[in-house]
Amino acid sequence: MLYDIFIDPFVQMYDMPDFFLQVLWEGFVAGILYALIALGFVLIFKASGVFNFAQGIMVVFAGLTLVGLNENGVPAYLALALTIGAMGILAYGVERVVMRPLVNQPDIILLMATIGLTYFLIGFGEFVFGGEPKQMITEELGLPTGSTAIEFGDRGLVILQHIDIAAAVIAVLMVAALGIFFNKTRIGRALRAVADDHQAALSVGISLNQIWAIVWFAAGLVALATGIMWGARSDVSFALEIVAFKALPVLILGGFTSIPGAIVGGLIIGFGEKIGELYWGGLVGGGIESWLAYIIALIFLLFRPQGLFGERIIERV
Amino acid sequence: MFYREAGQFKTSYKADQALMPILQDRVGLLVILAIAFVVIPVFANDFFLTSIMIPFLVFSLAAIGLNVLTGFCGQLSLGTGAFMGVGAYAAYKLTTIFPDANVIVMVLLSGVFSAAIGAIFGLPSLRIKGLYLAVTTLAAQFFLEWCFIRIGWLYNYNASGAIEIPHREAFGLVVSGAEATPIVRYFIVLCITAGIAFLMANVLRGRIGRSWMMIRDMDIAAELMGIRPLQTKLLAFAVSSYICGVAGAMMVFFWLNAAEPSSYSIALSFQILFMVILGGLGSLGGAFMGAAFIWILPVFLKFIPGTIGIDVAAETVEHVTFMIVGALIIFFLIVEPHGFARLWQIAKQKLRVWPFPY
Repeated sequence: MLYDIFIDPFVQMYDMPDFFLQVLWEGFVAGILYALIALGFVLIFKASGVFNFAQGIMVVFAGLTLVGLNENGVPAYLALALTIGAMGILAYGVERVVMRPLVNQPDIILLMATIGLTYFLIGFGEFVFGGEPKQMITEELGLPTGSTAIEFGDRGLVILQHIDIAAAVIAVLMVAALGIFFNKTRIGRALRAVADDHQAALSVGISLNQIWAIVWFAAGLVALATGIMWGARSDVSFALEIVAFKALPVLILGGFTSIPGAIVGGLIIGFGEKIGELYWGGLVGGGIESWLAYIIALIFLLFRPQGLFGERIIERV
Repeated sequence: MFYREAGQFKTSYKADQALMPILQDRVGLLVILAIAFVVIPVFANDFFLTSIMIPFLVFSLAAIGLNVLTGFCGQLSLGTGAFMGVGAYAAYKLTTIFPDANVIVMVLLSGVFSAAIGAIFGLPSLRIKGLYLAVTTLAAQFFLEWCFIRIGWLYNYNASGAIEIPHREAFGLVVSGAEATPIVRYFIVLCITAGIAFLMANVLRGRIGRSWMMIRDMDIAAELMGIRPLQTKLLAFAVSSYICGVAGAMMVFFWLNAAEPSSYSIALSFQILFMVILGGLGSLGGAFMGAAFIWILPVFLKFIPGTIGIDVAAETVEHVTFMIVGALIIFFLIVEPHGFARLWQIAKQKLRVWPFPY
């Protein structure tokens, strides 16, 4: 038993380095996608202190809108533009109808409101586009579909799906774009000011409502990118919503307010989950992927309650 | 005018400390109990009992359980569904191991297992707070759900992977299994729910309940004033999980007859959390009102298109129901973030001063 837990997995890793590398790659890609979902959460949490549970369903909704429009004869790129427009309308609507009347309510009420929003979007999405899974329009959008095998002489080979590489590249580009947006533009600076202190930001003339609409729109764009990437790997369906729960341990690992934290947390969870499942999962009957991420995050939190990059919690009575 | 304390003099300490010091409250409670115990069993048909009243009572009890933890002790939990599942599987195992024992006792006992598991998953609450804690309770949810699927012993290695409730008799009546009549099930569920609600009403206004509320309002201050956070928080987790476990066991024994792991999924956790929030955090009456709203509203919405003569596909109705429930949740949060319990208090105040505005 002890041998199975502590020695055997490492022997396997050494014996089959190609398999191990493949697992690492899978973990990397999964981690990137978790990080993308977590990024949407972080954006909204930073700017408004709202824990946006609807991020997962926004991913599904964006993907469904894109595919649904394309199915009805809209060319792919036009559909993409229209979907971006739809996310803009959604952002404006959420800010106007949900966020503005609930200003200054306790966290849990805002959390509940976003879960209400989740219900609404599930119903709306199924009502408009139907509940069955759809195929993502990967080729129409000009995304690569093939795969490359890298050989290591006689030690075997690792297969890289092109779409995964594209996902990683897009994730990096998005984080870079967000970084520039936050640090170099006027709106980005206003956003950071709001994140620091709502009242101080208001007092220097920053419009909270405008900032919130922008932030929700940015989260919507992140959701769209995530939706395309997830959709290309599997189908676009409401099952993705469960996957979005995986972003939560990523968040608490990285800290709710840190964009680098979301990326690092996503990668830790992605690697940990795949390696744990493939090398240790067999010992307890498999399927541990569904909860391993939470346990990793939980153990982590016991030692560092504010997450890896979270702001230090200082308590006063 | 209709509802007032004036003229009701308390002449002893006992009267002063009564659960309901105001006459109108006592009359109101008696009327509700009379309706629940006499009027509904006499006039209701089987459909009303099985698809509205029994689930409503089961969910009310679960909402009370979560309210103890979230509303009174301030620890947000998203693992309610799993704790209910622990109760259900424990009761199932108990009744298959001891087939001759009274199944109602087994249902009440199953909560103990749920309480133990709840206390274990409550341990992180000593270091982690707020939304971080909510996410760690998801660990309980997904881990326990995995256990229900993977550990064959829990469902006696059924081929279906689901638990099927066997035929059991108690007090000379068939109480569980497919042959049990709705009326018997209804009375059992009603008695257990009312009993636990009464018990909790008294616990919550006593020393234990007050220490929970101190932890909720300001944990460091409570600690400085001599409340032990370890014991208090874990007790809240245990009591809450006990009640949720009993509710989960009742859910499968007296309502569904069979349950699979997906019955106790994260969706159930959210449903119960909605009931607690919409009903009002920190209010027992609110738990009942929230459960009524969340459970009964969709049932009614399903019947509306049929009754006004529009022919709509069942799927569409379901989707629209989802939309309406989501929109109403947001609407009620905006109108009254403190839930129905606060609305009820406002109504009482209006009755108190009627016919004058204030």
